[in-house]
Formats: sequence, structure tokens, C-alpha cells
Amino acid sequence: MSRAPLPYSQKILELFRNPKNLGKMEDATVSAVAGNPQCGDMITFYLKINDHDIIERASFESYGCAANIATSSIVTEKVRGMKLEDAWKITWKSIAEEVGGLPAVKFHCGILAVGALRRAIRTYYKNKQTTPEWLSKDLTFEEKQALEEEELAKILEKKMKMAEEK
Amino acid sequence: MVENVRELLKAHEGLRREVYLDIENSSFVPAEVVEAMLPYFNQRAYGNPTLTHKPGWEAYEAIMDSAQKMAGYIGCKNLEEVNFTPGETEANNLALLGTTLQMRGKGKKIVISEVEPLSIIHVAEMLTRYGFTVTKIPVDPEGFIKLEKLKEAVDSETVLVSLSAVNHEIGTIQPIKEALKIVKDKNPNTIFHTDASDAYGKTPFKVREIGVDMATISSYKILGPRGIGALYVREGINIERILEGQIGTQKLWPGVENTPLIVGFAKASELAFQNFEENVRHMQRLRDKLINGIFEKITEVRLNGPKGEKRAPDNANISFLRCEGEALTIELSLNGVYVSSGSACTRRLLQPSHVLTAIRRKFEEAHGSILMKVTRYHTEEDIDYVLEVLPKAVERLRGITGTTVVE
Repeated sequence: MSRAPLPYSQKILELFRNPKNLGKMEDATVSAVAGNPQCGDMITFYLKINDHDIIERASFESYGCAANIATSSIVTEKVRGMKLEDAWKITWKSIAEEVGGLPAVKFHCGILAVGALRRAIRTYYKNKQTTPEWLSKDLTFEEKQALEEEELAKILEKKMKMAEEK
Repeated sequence: MVENVRELLKAHEGLRREVYLDIENSSFVPAEVVEAMLPYFNQRAYGNPTLTHKPGWEAYEAIMDSAQKMAGYIGCKNLEEVNFTPGETEANNLALLGTTLQMRGKGKKIVISEVEPLSIIHVAEMLTRYGFTVTKIPVDPEGFIKLEKLKEAVDSETVLVSLSAVNHEIGTIQPIKEALKIVKDKNPNTIFHTDASDAYGKTPFKVREIGVDMATISSYKILGPRGIGALYVREGINIERILEGQIGTQKLWPGVENTPLIVGFAKASELAFQNFEENVRHMQRLRDKLINGIFEKITEVRLNGPKGEKRAPDNANISFLRCEGEALTIELSLNGVYVSSGSACTRRLLQPSHVLTAIRRKFEEAHGSILMKVTRYHTEEDIDYVLEVLPKAVERLRGITGTTVVE
């Protein structure tokens, strides 16, 4: 059972109760997923991007805890009207600061939100078949962490299946 | 961080009703129990029970009277078999470590189950670092221990078997008597311990009737004060102390006895066993109203653990699919309903409740699980309120999940 005390900030509570930019975007230019239901945290990001590589709108759906919902909400608010190049520079630490700090066990929620955003941006350029100079070839910290979390969930699931077969 | 908590508490102002169902993790103490304890803090019996003065003798009398009363409720021979400890965790540690220390040289095998509380599982895992082998008996999808696996696991090297009488998370009432027979038939020298914290006061559990060697009971799980529990150790069974110091009235636990808590534990026991059948029926009725109401009002739900008579009368554990458990506990709290979840969301390890994974719940089912326990103090109106709040909470969170998770 959940036992770690989670002193969520007022900002997180507010966004948990009234998340901004919630819901699937039917006319999204691109969408991306981070996390999976096995690890208990999963975010889908939707971006509407115009011809000048500017994010006109962003929205999200989240299967996750209060921190997950709040950090996703804040990312969608932050990137609205932003150039993709600037949106790419958003870090999980800046997101954590903006929600008034995250408890240590919840860092991964902020990481996952930024990971999903970066995946969406990467996918957008992949679809366009261009690579701007600022887009790093290697996966960034947030993308790697998201991947690691997904891999870990798979490993755990495999372990469980093996135990069952035994 | 405490500033954040103050803000969280402020967000709860103006609640219409409050229903506390998180008896698994801590409980309120009823006024009758508090009243029984109060004189023992500063009016009488505040002395050390081993010392030769009036407040000391008063304390001795209070402790012995409490132990005698509890021996009756536990169903044992005499009060010497009731050993007070500071709680369930400590009693379980004492049972496992005290037995293995006593039995050193006689065998290196311990048997537990996959669904034991962490104060059994973690201690058993610790013992593996000191040369012991631990076998965890698997359970079926309702949480019942697989008796044929238990039979396979026990041999001449097995010094200790520890199996809970009632599962703390999913309420499965285990066939402890049969398990005990299987163990003793294979090795009569194996010590049999049971954590009976969720059986005591809720099921007709009596130690001598079943024949266990040791049993743990906890005070707060029967609405007594926190900080006190007990380990029943059958006469003739010797185990080592795991702490050393000044020994008082409690031969297995050194230090100054906490007389008010012991008195509170005995009072809580008295209240649980006075009108026992009526209390059990009341809890069963509310439990079933809660479970049936949830199944009527909410789609995509799963009951964790068995139904009806095989389930503890107080326990409801339900998974809400496409709804993350930690978010649900917060949403419910903001509406005055206090519960806990088996979600992994507070752990970096991403592992949800080991009990739910042991009954082969998928991770996404475990993450959306909510544990609730009712007491004789809850009312029909309390459950009506939960059934009013819960569907709305689940609906709102499923709205946030949206199309992210598709079943």
C-alpha cells in the first residue's frame, strides 16, 4: 500500500483538480506516448504545429497520479505559442520548479511529461524527414528515462510471467 | 514540505461528511477506549510494574488483568502466553528472529507465503543473508495458499512456517488448521506462527482450538491504540529475545511497559468480542453493501480476494480499471473519504502491491486498486456517502485517462 508521505504543493493540487488542455486533440499534427499502464504512469501528448514550426495548441491525456496530471498540464500550457526549438529546451527540472517542487519519488512524473513532449517533437521532424541543427541525434536524459521506465515495466512483467509458468 | 501539507489540509475545509476506511494503515480510537486508558496516564498505575511501591503494584495489576482478559479472547491457556510488544511489526520480527535464533543448528529452512505482510516478508528476506533458505508458497487467484505446495516445501530442515490467518489486503480467510496439520505431519518440530492481526476480533480465531505455536495480534486493527501488539507463544515453546535490556513483566520484550496502551488494547478487545456475532454481521452487511454498490454503479471494476464467507467481514478491495489508484485516494480525500491504494505510484520501483501481483492481477489492475475496511462504528449512511462520492471520483479520473489506456 502507498505509504510514502506526499506533500504535494498547492499548484499540483490545483492542476490535479482543474487540469488545463485536457483531452484528445482530433486535428493534432503529431502525438506521442510516454510510460505505460504497467508502470502506473502513462501520458499521451498532442501538438498542433503550424508551418513556421510553432506550437499553436497542446493537449494531453494521463493515466497517472496527481503529480503526473499536474506536470503534463503545465507542459501543455508552457509550450503554447512556442517555437519547437524553444520547447525542446524545456527540462524536467524547470517543470518540477514550476509546480512548486516534486517529492523525490515523483521526479519521474516530471521526467515523463518532458519525455513525451520531446518524443512528439522528434516524431514531427521524422515525419517531415528533416532534422534541424538543434535536435540532438542522441536521446536526451528525459527520453532515456522514459524509455528506461518502460523497459523496467516490461522486465517486471516478464519476470511475473516466468514465475507463473514455474 | 510541511507548508504544502498545511495547504493540502486547507483544501479539505467544509467537508459535508468524513468516512475513514483506511483501518489497514492506522485507525481512530473510539471514545470508550480512550476513556479506559486516560486514568493510567496520570491518576493511577503510572509506576514501573516491577517496582515495590503502590503505583508500580497498580501497574502490575493492570497489566496482568489485561493479559488475563486477552488470554481469554485469544483462546489460550494462561496469561503467561501473551507477550506484549510495541505492535504487529515487532511481534512478527520477534516470532521470526526469535525462533531462528533459538533453533540455530537445527535447520536452515523457513516457509512463508507470497502474500504475507512486509514485516514477515522482509524479515524472511533478511534471514536469507544469514544462511537461511526461504520458500514462499504461492496462492490461487482468490489468495488461498496452495496447500499441496506447502506439503512439498516442508521437510526435516524446516524450522519455521509463518502464514497469516487472514490476508491483510484482500481479506482471504486461510485454511490455517489444515495448513498446520500438513506442516506438523511432515515435521512435528517445525514451529508454526501465524500473523492473526486481521483475524483477531473479526473471525472466530482461537489459538488453542487451531493449535498454532505462535500468533501475532495488533491493537489498532481492532480499534485499540497504536504502538501496542502481542505475540502469543504457546507454553512449552521457547524463543530467544531479539532485544536485550531491563526485563520487566514481559519476558520477551525488555524496557518499561506502556500500561495505558496495554489497558487500551484489552479494552478494544473487550469491545470487539462483546456482541462478537452482531459486530461481525454488521461489518459483513456494510462490506457487501459497499462492494455490491460499487459493482452496480461503476463499470470496469474487479473484486480482489474471495466473496462471502471466505472473506474477512470488514475487507473490501476493488480495482478500478483505467483509473490510477493514488490519484483516486487524493480525489476521495478531497471529498472526505479516506482509503489507501495498492498503486506503485509512491515507489520508484514501479512495483504495485505484492499481494495483488501474487493473485496474478495485471499491473494496471493493481495500480487502480483501493483497499477499504469497515468497522462496527460505520453506518449505512457512511456507505451511502461513499457510494455517492466514489462513482463521481472514478468518472472524473477516467476522463483524464481518456483514450490513453484502452482496455
